[in-house]
Amino acid sequence: MKIIILGAGQVGASVAESLVSEANDITVVDTDTARLAQLQDRFDLRTVTGNAASPSTLRQAGAEDADLLIAVTQSDQTNLCACRIAKSLFNLPTRIARVRSADYVEHPELLEEANFAVDFSICPEQIVTDYIVKLIEFPEALQVLEFADGLVSLVAVRAFEGGPLVGHPLKDLRKHIPQVDARIAAVYRRDKPIIPHADTVIEPGDEVFCLAATKGIRKVMRELRRMDKPVKRVMIVGGGNIGYRLARAIENDYQVKLIDHGRERTGWLAENLQNTLVLRGDATDERLLEEENVGDMDLFLSLTNDDENNIMAALLAKRMGAGRVVSLINRRAYADLLQGGQIDIAISPAQTSIGTLLAHVRRGDVAAVHSLRRGAAEALEVVAHGDAQSSQVVGRRIDQLPVIEGAAIAAIVRHVPISETPVYTHDLGEERQYKVIIAHHDTVIEQDDHVIVFVVSKHLVPKVEKLFQVGIGFF
Amino acid sequence: MHSLGPVLRVMGLLLMVFSLAYLMPIASALIFADGTVALFLDAMAICFAGGGVLWALTRRARRELQARDGFLLVTLAWVMMAAIATVPLMLAIPGLSFTDAFFETMSGLTTTGATVLVGLEKLPPSINLWRHELNWLGGMGIIVLAVAILPLLGVGGMQLFKAETPGPMKDAKLTARITDTAKALWLVYFAITVVCILCLRLVGMNWLDAICHAFAALSLGGFSTYDASVGQFDSPAIEFVLIVFMMLAAMNFATHFIAWSGRSLRAYWTDSEAKALVALIVSSILVCATYLWVVGTYGEWMTALRHVAFNLVSIATDCGFVSVDYDKWPIFVPLWMLFLSCITVSSGSTGGGIKMVRTLILAKQGLRELQRLIHPRVVNPIRIGATAIPDQIAGAVLGFIFLYALTVGELTFFLVASGLDFISAFTAIIACINNAGPGLNVVGPAQNFQSLTDFQTWICSLAMLAGRLEIFTLVVLFTPYFWKK
Repeated sequence: MKIIILGAGQVGASVAESLVSEANDITVVDTDTARLAQLQDRFDLRTVTGNAASPSTLRQAGAEDADLLIAVTQSDQTNLCACRIAKSLFNLPTRIARVRSADYVEHPELLEEANFAVDFSICPEQIVTDYIVKLIEFPEALQVLEFADGLVSLVAVRAFEGGPLVGHPLKDLRKHIPQVDARIAAVYRRDKPIIPHADTVIEPGDEVFCLAATKGIRKVMRELRRMDKPVKRVMIVGGGNIGYRLARAIENDYQVKLIDHGRERTGWLAENLQNTLVLRGDATDERLLEEENVGDMDLFLSLTNDDENNIMAALLAKRMGAGRVVSLINRRAYADLLQGGQIDIAISPAQTSIGTLLAHVRRGDVAAVHSLRRGAAEALEVVAHGDAQSSQVVGRRIDQLPVIEGAAIAAIVRHVPISETPVYTHDLGEERQYKVIIAHHDTVIEQDDHVIVFVVSKHLVPKVEKLFQVGIGFF
Repeated sequence: MHSLGPVLRVMGLLLMVFSLAYLMPIASALIFADGTVALFLDAMAICFAGGGVLWALTRRARRELQARDGFLLVTLAWVMMAAIATVPLMLAIPGLSFTDAFFETMSGLTTTGATVLVGLEKLPPSINLWRHELNWLGGMGIIVLAVAILPLLGVGGMQLFKAETPGPMKDAKLTARITDTAKALWLVYFAITVVCILCLRLVGMNWLDAICHAFAALSLGGFSTYDASVGQFDSPAIEFVLIVFMMLAAMNFATHFIAWSGRSLRAYWTDSEAKALVALIVSSILVCATYLWVVGTYGEWMTALRHVAFNLVSIATDCGFVSVDYDKWPIFVPLWMLFLSCITVSSGSTGGGIKMVRTLILAKQGLRELQRLIHPRVVNPIRIGATAIPDQIAGAVLGFIFLYALTVGELTFFLVASGLDFISAFTAIIACINNAGPGLNVVGPAQNFQSLTDFQTWICSLAMLAGRLEIFTLVVLFTPYFWKK
């Protein structure tokens, strides 16, 4: 596939990195030559220097025969404009734009074919914010992902001594909580993936990925560790886009303190946040942290743009007694170094937010893609099309499918006629109901099922996609 | 300071326009045939001639007026109009000294409503109408003063009036041009007055009383045509109608305008001053009524509620109608009413005192300092509604309130020094500076300012003027900065 990426910032670079390994032709456009050179050094891709919203630059980038445009520059205006140009001049088939300003987001009609012609819009800051909000709701989880409109959740939990299931084989899960149908999709032990079997024994320190209907997810987590007390006090460092959005989202439910060092920015934040205590100062200043009782915080989040600052502030807060510390870390090496040690959760903003974007790039019909473990693994939601003749999966039992080592079908979301009484239902306001089926070896995949597949390594993704692709016979 | 010529020229024009105000009492004199036609014609001629002479003398002094001239112009306007308006009173009431006549007209034009006249019901109807018209015109003047002129001069943080205007106001018809704004607000003022007159007529007043009391209610002036004020009617219906219109007059007229032009009551909900005003008054009424009932002043809670509701609203909104002699109530209630008169009314209304928006800012400033003790690095701007108030304005507000308290203290000392007892002196100054009306004791609701000496009367006149002009406007004239070239 020929893909043009506009903007070589954090998001642009991460998207390029994810896609380049999947055998795509990628061209990155940016005004900053140095950044492009850096990108070209690391990956096998083409770069064009110029204004992303100008027709000549787009032509130079090969817009005439490109399949996909991903406009993720810093500027909403540039992104929107580029999509319009790509549609009008080059008739580029699929256009994705990053749109951040609430002003635009509130008017979805602007993105229609007749206006800016954006097929999908994403707002990375909002995705990261939602992701953190989930972490606050489930303080025990390392990561919480939702599939099928929130019907199914996948959580990553670190197993602790004292969890009822810890030290027992997985098959005991059924005995412990018979009312919840859950599936352990993967276990990482000392950062190595283990594909779990019924006899796999969970050890303390294991990172366990389990999938269940969203309603039952807390019960499953309780099997793996004692539950923390709910979060009440939150301290946020960095009042940028993410910090501000997060404070806005949670300020009415939690006690929120927000630290930023910018004079004007803090003034603006204080004016726009109703219930948040805005503080001006340096988050690595221990006097400030002490004054504000960082030791009593249930959750400490460092969300600035600067990895080193985030890490230092988080480490300092942890030493001073903060409950859980979470840090945004862009560089993979830092994240791997620190997660699970002093810092409880390292979030890679780019990896978190590009999942949605990747879903549009994938072959087959992929409804959602989530990066796990900061991009190393993935969870895909794939729609099974075709019939028993044209598809390799439809009409077959899971144990009849070709085995892909490292990939596991975790669950199936099937929409069923209204008359049938489903196990878990979800009313979408339409005459449809969904049923979540946790995958077992004898489950049969039907047409139009949403199949949630867990892959321990990204390299396996193309194989999974190929499996789900509909053969020629379908047409 | 530049030459006074241009300011006096505008004053001259203003007086000539003001002479038109005599048309209303002249019309009423013709209708009632109370023998005051000639007197009002004389007064009108004097007023017009006085203005004309002033204008003729200074007509060459053409210069663009500057913001600085505004202080002098506004002060002069109130003083000179009050002075010239004494003419019909002095002609009609034999033996009335200029001191008392000036107090009366100043009380009218500043919408205070304190009076030195006794036997109001025996005065010719046209004279009473004239007094009430002064109230009403004073109210009109204040609306423009508050909405357009004081913000322009930057008095005591009144710039925030623009910042405070709730959301819809900014894009609505409230225009940037002072004349258009003034016209829009006068239209609202006029319309509500007409409704008030009709309501009062419906609940049993005669036309003259209805007009007079509507004028006094809307301007929050509080003159009455009877010595016993509203107590004369002893009618719950009249009291209820007046309560409603006093409350309306105590709200920002810009909010009324928006509610009216947008045909929606949402404007009141977004006006944080109006909300605070209603909350404060309703809770005060309930507490005070219960208090009077518990201590046994009134045997029935409903009776206590009726009298407290009317008198408390009247004093708290700086109107000054009286229905019973509340001076006989336990001192807590009347003092609380006078305290409310200092802080309750909205900016942009016809009431006086500190104004609710400044009260809110002061209260929030206090909380903010407390929060700062616990969190030294906190960034917490003062917020009114959704708008953050710049520190500079908060400072101006604090300065205003300090100056206000200082003025009250100083003037009280003057009265005490001249031999008045403390309670009378203090409440007289509070009632005058807030443009409320009656005080307690000697100047209480059953008495009036008649018993004061000339010196004390002048001090009270000064307090009314200072309060009406938001103190700064008046005081700045006595600073050397103002007069330096």
